[in-house]
Amino acid sequence: MNRRDAGPPGAKRPRKVLILGSSALKIGEAGEFDYSGSQAIKALKEEGINTVLVNPNIATIQTSEGLADQIYFLPVTPHFVERVIEKERPDGILLGFGGQTALNCGVALDDAGALARHGVEVLGTPVETIRDTEDRGRFKARLAEIGAKVPRSEAVTSVDAALSAAERIGYPVMVRIAYALGGLGSGACHDQAELRERATGALSHAPQILIEEYLTGWKEIEYEVARDVFDNCITVCNMENLDPMGIHTGESIVVAPSQTLTNREYHRLREIAIAVVRHLGIVGECNIQYALDPKSHDYRIIEVNARLSRSSALASKATGYPLAYVAAKLSLGLPMTSIPNTINGVTTACFEPALDYVVVKVPRWDLKKFRRVSTRLGSGMKSVGEVMGIGRSFEEAFQKALRMLDIGVEGALADEVMRFKDLRTELSEPTDRRAFALASALARGMSVDEVHELTSIDPWFLTRVRGIVRLADELRGAHGGSLRAELLREAKRAGFSDHQIGQLAGRSDQEVRTARDAAGIRPCIKQIDTLAGEYPAQTNYLYLTYHGQEDDVSFERQGSVLVLGSGAYRIGSSVEFDWCCVNTVRALRELGYRTLMLNCNPETVSTDYDVCDRLYFDEISVETIQEIHAKEGVLGVIVSVGGQTPNNLALKCAEAGLRILGTSAKSIDNAEDRHKFSALCDALEIDQPPWAEVTSVKAAEEFAREAGFPVLVRPSYVLSGAAMAVAENDTSLHEVLERAAEVSPEHPAVISKFIENAKEIEIDAVAKDGEIVVYAISEHVENAGVHSGDATLVLPPQRTYIATTRRARRIAGKIARALSLNGPFNIQFMARDNNVMVIECNVRASRSFPFASKVFKVNFIDLATRVIMDRPIGKVDASVFELDYVGVKAPQFSFTRLQGADPVLGVEMASTGEVGCIGEDFDDAFLKALLSVGYRLPIRGVLLSTGPVTSKAAFLASTRALAEGGVKLYGTRGTAAFMAESGVEVTPVYWPLEKSSPNALDLVRSGKIDLVVNIPKDASEEELTNDYMIRRAAVDHAVPLVTNIQLAQRLAQALLRKSIDSLEIRSWSEY
Amino acid sequence: MTKGDAMDFETAVSETRGPAPEQDRIEDPMRSVGRLVLEDGTEFSGTQFGAIQPVAGEVVFNTGMVGYPESLTDPSYAGQILVLTYPHIGNYGVPPRTRDNLGLPEWFESERIQVSGLVVSSLSADVSHWSAERALEDWLKQENVPGLFGVDTRAIAKHLRDSGAMLGKILPAGRDIAWRDPNAGNIVAEVSVREPVSYGTDGPRVVLVDTGAKASIVRGLVRAGARVLRVPWDYDFFREPFDGLFLSNGPGDPKMIGKTVEHVRRALEQRVPTFGICLGSQILALAAGADTYKLKFGHRSQNQPCVEVGTHRCRVTSQNHGYAVNGATLPAGWREWFVNANDGTNEGIRHEWKPARGVQFHPEATPGPTDTSFLFERFLEMLL
Repeated sequence: MNRRDAGPPGAKRPRKVLILGSSALKIGEAGEFDYSGSQAIKALKEEGINTVLVNPNIATIQTSEGLADQIYFLPVTPHFVERVIEKERPDGILLGFGGQTALNCGVALDDAGALARHGVEVLGTPVETIRDTEDRGRFKARLAEIGAKVPRSEAVTSVDAALSAAERIGYPVMVRIAYALGGLGSGACHDQAELRERATGALSHAPQILIEEYLTGWKEIEYEVARDVFDNCITVCNMENLDPMGIHTGESIVVAPSQTLTNREYHRLREIAIAVVRHLGIVGECNIQYALDPKSHDYRIIEVNARLSRSSALASKATGYPLAYVAAKLSLGLPMTSIPNTINGVTTACFEPALDYVVVKVPRWDLKKFRRVSTRLGSGMKSVGEVMGIGRSFEEAFQKALRMLDIGVEGALADEVMRFKDLRTELSEPTDRRAFALASALARGMSVDEVHELTSIDPWFLTRVRGIVRLADELRGAHGGSLRAELLREAKRAGFSDHQIGQLAGRSDQEVRTARDAAGIRPCIKQIDTLAGEYPAQTNYLYLTYHGQEDDVSFERQGSVLVLGSGAYRIGSSVEFDWCCVNTVRALRELGYRTLMLNCNPETVSTDYDVCDRLYFDEISVETIQEIHAKEGVLGVIVSVGGQTPNNLALKCAEAGLRILGTSAKSIDNAEDRHKFSALCDALEIDQPPWAEVTSVKAAEEFAREAGFPVLVRPSYVLSGAAMAVAENDTSLHEVLERAAEVSPEHPAVISKFIENAKEIEIDAVAKDGEIVVYAISEHVENAGVHSGDATLVLPPQRTYIATTRRARRIAGKIARALSLNGPFNIQFMARDNNVMVIECNVRASRSFPFASKVFKVNFIDLATRVIMDRPIGKVDASVFELDYVGVKAPQFSFTRLQGADPVLGVEMASTGEVGCIGEDFDDAFLKALLSVGYRLPIRGVLLSTGPVTSKAAFLASTRALAEGGVKLYGTRGTAAFMAESGVEVTPVYWPLEKSSPNALDLVRSGKIDLVVNIPKDASEEELTNDYMIRRAAVDHAVPLVTNIQLAQRLAQALLRKSIDSLEIRSWSEY
Repeated sequence: MTKGDAMDFETAVSETRGPAPEQDRIEDPMRSVGRLVLEDGTEFSGTQFGAIQPVAGEVVFNTGMVGYPESLTDPSYAGQILVLTYPHIGNYGVPPRTRDNLGLPEWFESERIQVSGLVVSSLSADVSHWSAERALEDWLKQENVPGLFGVDTRAIAKHLRDSGAMLGKILPAGRDIAWRDPNAGNIVAEVSVREPVSYGTDGPRVVLVDTGAKASIVRGLVRAGARVLRVPWDYDFFREPFDGLFLSNGPGDPKMIGKTVEHVRRALEQRVPTFGICLGSQILALAAGADTYKLKFGHRSQNQPCVEVGTHRCRVTSQNHGYAVNGATLPAGWREWFVNANDGTNEGIRHEWKPARGVQFHPEATPGPTDTSFLFERFLEMLL
């Protein structure tokens, strides 16, 4: 068959296409869109089409060299996108590859007539169809046309109408918001009071909400559907949520393919999916979600997402079918039959993958990082990342996935870590620990039926978990006795790790391993080939399983380098490390190495099988690494580009006999171990805040008394400040220590003097044989005390003394030499009065590596990889560091999704993503960055509550300037009075709890306010409820919030100097 | 689907008995080890379930992820040991033996399990579905069919893919039996009805030649508006009044049933509207004068893409066949209707002006995608 036919009659191939990215990672919109966008760009480039990308997420692969022809680090908002259209004159635009952000922006541009005005055609699914899927009323009507069932629902625009609709439908009801990203603001309401509260909140985000029939407990099933303009339509994958309806799919454990559906159910839902997609006129890819009655064939269609989604990324990784790539081709009007199945190169893309393995996705939450947040799971999304376990049984994939979460559990049985107090409540009112509650309940004797009653989870899944529990019992029985080979094999097939088996059976990891070796129990390497072995496949997409008797691939045993990925995205480790991994692999391939990638995160580009020579989609653990090494005979392992997770494995890998490439495991340990590092600093005469390692509360108190409060408490192996906190007095010190112990029982707490009013700067660098070969020093806008991941970074520094940066550079040099670093590293410093102290040193790539690389246009990772492999690097021309522009990296918060969480910054990292923008000066880059993370211009009204008197004073000049600039200012009483005394007119408003009018809360809700500046009074005591209520109201009503005084000052200045129209529209290459 | 009709599953829920009591029989250490032995000497070991006895047949694999009750009762599998590559089998149990309004088994494709043996990776001993009446293992025991689990079924599939379909045996420890080749004789005779059976009361009269017909073919015809007379494979249907001829699926080599081919040749001469599915399409091809051949390892899956020749339309189909029509041997007046987008093999034939067509795939689905179910209506239109 001719595989490259012309398109449909009249189809016009676009010349230049604009692609909208999804901007910063946030809850509900994460790394999956880097994957989607990158694939789309690749697909378009193959067709010879010029590509322009708008995405301020500087840490992504899609915004890297060699992909899009032009890249704009600009906000994905109608204003900026239209400016780019005017400048670039594209004739086509893709809206489906940048999540809800891109879709909403595209629809807004279309609404405003901008696309028509500039002759830009929307490729793929038409905008009218997008509207049909996004507007619930239209959606319902369209589906009714073909008799497809949707939940009974009514669209309402007022709280009263919501209440009366609920009366007609009957409680409980579900509230949903149109155009919602990740189910924002959705939720079940059991009575009028609940509905009133939720509807009020929801209607402040959206003009329209839906009151729906309650389907909690029904099975939740998804299909990924692709369709071309020739009406070919396929379902690429179906997925079953282990957690039934009532829990957002982003919060659910998801299994592919479905496990409890009969042929009739599977294919009937598939048939309906295709009928719906055809009727709506989707071209490209979409996702359809069903509720399926567990007691009959009844079903409801919950939603259709007419774009690539988190689920489609998962489906791509689960099946090996490159959905985003194919969707992009289909958007151009190509027939599906003309696109080859890239995974085997033999068959066509117009088919439906057959899986011969099971995939289990588990979400990762980081709710401990937030104060006041509810840990209850529901119809809104709170998770920040996910992992995917692959196995040839559910048990194997499930236990792998739970370990992949990297939260200190060894599998389904984690009773000791979780310590459930009330299991029945845990089961019926699930939290982020629900996956572990299942095994705990069954282990404590609850029956499958009881657990099913409480959770509505299908008994099939529960029975599998009970099998795991029983095996654990048997393994415990082997304590002191012999470990039968059959039991060992059974346990490995059920996904037990050696360590877990060892713990249960009272043996060391090594003893278990030896027993396995003796019995010949080793994993097999299997391919993911989309066709269940039916056709020979060249695929390099691999996983390990104990359900096998032969490997699918052979092993070269030479010249292979294993790169460890970052694992689940979480607060403190996300797409930036994927960028590092992908760039490392690219550099290695250029150097002629065979590259093996190990990662377990389906939202990544590093797990695209065409990135590396072999992709091992499996656990990032020493056991797995050893097994891969046993097969592949790798040259060595790179642990320094995937963030803290692989870095933590360095010592153990070295002990297991693997060669750690680059900086030695010993040096890594010397930097990671606080004692050793501190001793090193002392020896090198490098200042650091006074600190002590304490194992008792008493010792901590003594230290605090001596050094003086405030003090900072943290565990020794730090990942984005887990359990790190500032204590202002003995009471808070006790609290903090308690929490720290829970996070890391093996490591004692470290306590240090918290230095106030210090500037923070950091250095990202690469060293070769201990000599720095390239470095970037950046400054934080916020003073020390705000986690570096939440800080606004400026590169090059604009307000740091040259003497300070020089000193930082010199200190970094000393440390690099002392540790004889070979590869990437990052050091954070505090600077006060020209005094520079080291806060932390990571001898690995850091979060800011992509930012520094892209601002300098020098690929730090490429250099690091050459260093790691001991290859020559050319001299880096120092002139590249003489920038005539500025880069600003700003954090993205997802507080809106974390109901109740206090949106205030501290030493715990809270941001879920970041953007990086470039501008002619600080203000230009700064405003673009802020606009990218949700700030809006112009700002006409500001509510001030400026906290302690020092910050009131500090903000006086800014307040005056804002007032003179015509900004209407409101202030809580203290602030208003302070400003009035200084002659600045600020309208006073009452505190929320005062219940008097004009009240701060009403003001925030009224829409008169474009910005809330709320500086917390005191970092120590529990925030005053008033302050908290203002901050929370700002977040809940989508009003930008600033809680840091330095940030507020810089924002005020920038606002006065620049308008939105004055911000530069320049592509990356134009700087 | 017509506008306005509610998209519903057929409401066919008869009373069901709840799931079987909780037992974890799979971990039973008393279970005995068994082997799958292939003609070329390759062996795969596993654990026995179902009937504990030796069995021989042709070993084939299917990559479908759902539909084991339908597959196991598909007469096309007669004489074959079926290897399922999807690793969890038995999850939703086995539905009851209730009958639909045509008197056909409501949930199955025939009256009994047709496969000679079943080989899977993980077997679900527990059952979780409202429609389930029994566990898979109980069903196999009741119908005296041996099974093997704990086997690397992907490895078997790859072996058969590379070496071609071959004979095999499931053997309990210490026992053996002779090889059996279902393609060497007329296996159709074993699965065909003995006497004509009629279904439906209205509409054009269609003779369905049962060479191993799946119940869903009968259902599909009646639903499309036909009155069906289902006849044995060698039945002289010319003595019956009929408007159209339908040739069913079935097991084995089409060349073994010359008598059916003869009847069809006569029907073609008389320009009787004729439609064949799977084996039926091969019979039609032979009757037209074309040739058939044995594929290396056949197509047995639910994801076979078939392109309608001369168009960009591709349909995902359910398939279960080891033999195929050689498209190059089609005589004048005949042409290829569908081809397989994966390997280019013939997936359907049609006469250029006579009302005669055949498809290699299964429009009746069950198991599998329903994309081509419209072909029943297409056939009925040929009768008008």
